[in-house]
Formats: sequence, C-alpha cells, structure tokens
Amino acid sequence: MASQKDTFQQKFKIKGGDFIKAGESSCEIRNILKGIGIDAEIIRRVAIAAYEAEMNVVMYAQHGTIHFTVNPQEIGIIVEDRGQGIVDIERAMQPGYSTATEEMREMGFGAGMGLPNIKKNSDTFTITSKVGKGTKLEIVIKLNNTK
Amino acid sequence: MTSKKITLAQAADALHLKVLCGSEKLTRGIGGGYTSDLLSDVIAHAKKDDIWITLQIHSNIVAVAVLKEIAGVIFVNGREPDDETVKKAQDEGIPLLTSTLTAYELSGKLYELGIHGQR
Repeated sequence: MASQKDTFQQKFKIKGGDFIKAGESSCEIRNILKGIGIDAEIIRRVAIAAYEAEMNVVMYAQHGTIHFTVNPQEIGIIVEDRGQGIVDIERAMQPGYSTATEEMREMGFGAGMGLPNIKKNSDTFTITSKVGKGTKLEIVIKLNNTK
Repeated sequence: MTSKKITLAQAADALHLKVLCGSEKLTRGIGGGYTSDLLSDVIAHAKKDDIWITLQIHSNIVAVAVLKEIAGVIFVNGREPDDETVKKAQDEGIPLLTSTLTAYELSGKLYELGIHGQR
C-alpha cells in the first residue's frame, strides 16, 4: 500500500447535459498522466475508461464527480453521480444495450459500448447504482502490468 | 526504407478538402485512417496520428480527437460544424477539414493516397 504522500489526487466536477465541456476532465487526466511519464498503453486505457465514464454522467445524470488518484502502483478513477441510476446493471453491461435517447444516438453516443469499454480497459471495475439516486463506478488500472 | 507519411496538407490538396481550422498543423504526417460516427468506437479503436472521417459535427468530437491524438478530422457530405466547435478545435490544435464526398468515397481516395487503416 502506498503512503499518502506518494499519492497524487484531483477531483473534477461534471455537469449533466453539458455536451460542450464533456470530455474535458478526461483530457486533463490524460495530460496529467502524460506529464508524469506514464506508459502510453496505460494512458490509452485510462483515457477510454475516463471518457466513457464522464460521458455517462453528462448523458444520464444531473451532476457528478471524478476522483482521480495516482500512486506508484495504480491509477484510480472513481466516478460518482446524482441521477437516474441504472435499473438493470447486468443488462447495462451487455455490449449493444443502451437507454440513450434518439437525439444522443444521432450524435454518435448510445452505442451500448460505454460500460463494456470501461470494464475491458480496467484491471478492476465495480459498479453500484441506486435507481433515482445515482451511480458509482470504481475503476483501477494497475501501473506495473499491461493488459 | 520507410515510406514517408503523407501530410494533411498533401491530402487536403489532392482531395480538394476545405480547411476549417488548424492550418498551421497541416504539416503533420498522417499515420492511418479511421472512419466512424460512433464515438465509443472511435475512442476504443482509433489510433494516434490517424485521420478521422466522420459526419458528426458537434463539439464533443474535439475531446475525442484530443484524447486519441488524432492528426485531424475530416467531415463528409459537405458538413460543417458551428463556430464554437471550430474555435474549440483551434484552441486544442486539432485541424478540421471538410469534404463534399461521402464517407465511403473519401475513405477510398485517402486509401489510394497511401493512408491505410490496419488495426
């Protein structure tokens, strides 16, 4: 376990429905990792997971936060939102399943690939949700193995 | 011998693409191409230095292009994004171009220029 002083952390706020700023937190996370010289393949996986998680908040929640941490062992991305929550997590995890509106689909979202993409690029991934309250994703990507 | 990468400027010239922004970045070499309108697909499968061919013109494509270090985005069917998207792309250093061709035709012509898309 890394001590507190080895841990870099930053919080990002995400506003639901703000498609203009959507993706900016993920870009910043990517820039931070690039700045500290993290391996490009790891950054690629973090960027995919962070972007998909951020877009889910923008599309489905009122607001949310990304709690981003880096220590010598791993990168953590905890995304918590206040929103509609997910009724059936098992279905939501199935590739191709989406509850996106027609408008979102026309914008190229709602392919039903978001959560499966996050899982695929994480070393550990947990999702919990309460209908009418919100959703929490906990993503860990380890620094010392390439998936 | 490694073949020299074709630049965005060369592609723009050969295919009569209209440059909407990022004209100072057109000397960048194009590594490959990816054609898709689904953002999750692009985030998962596009590669650094790819040219991205799409009909999506909303501002979120800029975030995707930045995250993937896309060399440039080409809109098809003559589509053009709004000023806000162009400004965002300009600020982020992502060249935006537009073509009157369809995605199929444009991808084919880029392929003929030597820009391939093997994953």
